[in-house]
Amino acid sequence: MNKKTRILIVDDETAIRESLKDWLLEDGYTIDLASCGEDAVAMAEKKNWDIILLDLKMPGMDGLETMEKLKEARPETEILMMTAFATIDTAVKAIKQGAFDYLVKPFDPDEVDMQIKKIVNHKQLVMENILLRQQLEEKSRYDEIIGRSDAMQEIFDLISRVAPTDSTVLITGESGTGKELVAQAIHGNSRRCYMPFIAVNCGALPDSLLESELFGYEKGAFTGAEYTKKGRFELADKGTLFLDEIGDISLKTQVDLLRVLQQREFRRLGGQDLINVDVRILAATNRNLQNAIKEKRFRDDLYYRLNVISIHIPPLRDRKEDIELLSEAFIRRYCIEMNKEERKITPNAKKLLQDYSWPGNVRELENIIERALVIGRGDKITEEDLPFSKKTAPLPPLPKSLKLMEKVHIERVLSENDWNISRSAQDLGVDRQTLYNKIEKYHIKKED
Amino acid sequence: MISSISSNHIIIAPIGSVIKDSILTQLAEFIYDRCGLECRIEARVEIPDTCHNKIRGQYDSKEILKYLISHSHPKSLKFIGITELDLFVPILKYVYGLSQINGQFAVISLHRLYPGFYNDPPNPNLFFSRIQKTTLHELGHAFGLTHCREKKCVMYSSIRIADTDMKESSFCSTCFELFKWHRENAK
Ligand SMILES: [Zn+2]
Ligand SMILES: [Zn+2]
Repeated sequence: MNKKTRILIVDDETAIRESLKDWLLEDGYTIDLASCGEDAVAMAEKKNWDIILLDLKMPGMDGLETMEKLKEARPETEILMMTAFATIDTAVKAIKQGAFDYLVKPFDPDEVDMQIKKIVNHKQLVMENILLRQQLEEKSRYDEIIGRSDAMQEIFDLISRVAPTDSTVLITGESGTGKELVAQAIHGNSRRCYMPFIAVNCGALPDSLLESELFGYEKGAFTGAEYTKKGRFELADKGTLFLDEIGDISLKTQVDLLRVLQQREFRRLGGQDLINVDVRILAATNRNLQNAIKEKRFRDDLYYRLNVISIHIPPLRDRKEDIELLSEAFIRRYCIEMNKEERKITPNAKKLLQDYSWPGNVRELENIIERALVIGRGDKITEEDLPFSKKTAPLPPLPKSLKLMEKVHIERVLSENDWNISRSAQDLGVDRQTLYNKIEKYHIKKED
Repeated sequence: MISSISSNHIIIAPIGSVIKDSILTQLAEFIYDRCGLECRIEARVEIPDTCHNKIRGQYDSKEILKYLISHSHPKSLKFIGITELDLFVPILKYVYGLSQINGQFAVISLHRLYPGFYNDPPNPNLFFSRIQKTTLHELGHAFGLTHCREKKCVMYSSIRIADTDMKESSFCSTCFELFKWHRENAK
């Protein structure tokens, strides 16, 4: 459930595959197995790994050829070649062709551990840099949460009541509903508002990196820890820490988190001193934590600690009355940003926005408005500016039954051809009479 | 195996070699002290020749576990085998021990825990503390724990014997919490 380091083992010998898998599982890696190069290449079409341990000598597609194909499909994956003594020359060749390194079978535990950690550390460093950049780029813009629906009114009310307290709040809702905005609003309306608001996306980080992000580490705590680093808990001292996608964290991190919540103190990784912090915790998830608890993937004691107060943000499709207000607010904001004259929305475009199901919620609406303002030419946003205008309307979820499928398809072709029967029949590859029969059979009617 | 889950103690038994009683009883006390789990010492289990790899002159720890799984049905929460034999798994030159992650069986080897193996003078205290750490570590795995990043924690991965000597013979607080959690859920 968390983003662990993923490793693929490719070897034709079962005992090698299995024993390597067992050993790596002790480190908490996620392991996949392939017994030949062909399988590995096929798997790489659908799956991605951080590291591939690849046997050099296999019947069928050999290690070098497999590596070439894997590198083509997954250039960012590092490959460690496994070889017996007799084939070291080829292993050296493999490095020249892009393998990270090679290991001689049977492995010296020391050596394989070091090689894997080298790759993992390297990948984490890249991640840390990305994180740092994200932090710098994070817009300091304070978004207002908007909505006139009863549900949103209730949320505003709740925010204003819980903000001044120091209570932990669990914010739930589908992705794109604006959980972080609610967290920011709680922080912004609290006595902590002049202190930092620190957000961590727990779902985006591999377990070990999340641990060091949250709690920091001392120089030398692990290979690659070349300096002492403060964690987000320390950075959020006197302020608010927002833990997004809390449903994705590992059992181990759950324990650490629980302890900080209970005792308000923790140690940096590799550190001796207890560090006290005064942090308000806000957490959010789009997962059903109750289910996760039942499946023993989430601790109930942590859940009760986090869920002191809960705020649920309903999906946009359940509060359609907010769509217009939100659209107008986004238009205002982006027109200012783009230095454009403010635009209105035509009634037809409004209806399209109103009727759409918004699986991506408010974020999707925001993106669509921004896009419409960029591509639109007139002084109004029209149907043409929306990605789901008639001609490009996203298809409704496909029906499972073949019959229904046929009906839906005929409806679509008819509407694309403005109910011109000849053209529709031609598109469908049937004659006019057949089309008439189908229209009758399925009771298809012209809309409007 | 289902019948065994009802019981709430741990079995310690010598595997394929004689182990001094004093080691076994001290180990039992140690486990009780660290985990609050009662230990019973049982009779030696002999292993078949198929576990012996003559080319490597070592014993395949996975084969030993497989044998234990199919041939002994102890009514215990976990079963820890202790052996003098030098253990390996096919991909590695050696292992100090092996367990079924989240399973019932574990086996640890004393072979590479003797100071003499590293040409150091005999040191019973050091030797015994290595046994404690290795056993607790494998027991942790058998309860579903993975490796810890705290160097002092017994769940820190022991690649070299120096790693074992550096760590303490107890779980860090996080791993102890996890251990309790897994123990609760194992019942
Ligand atoms: Zn281990
Ligand atoms: Zn630990």
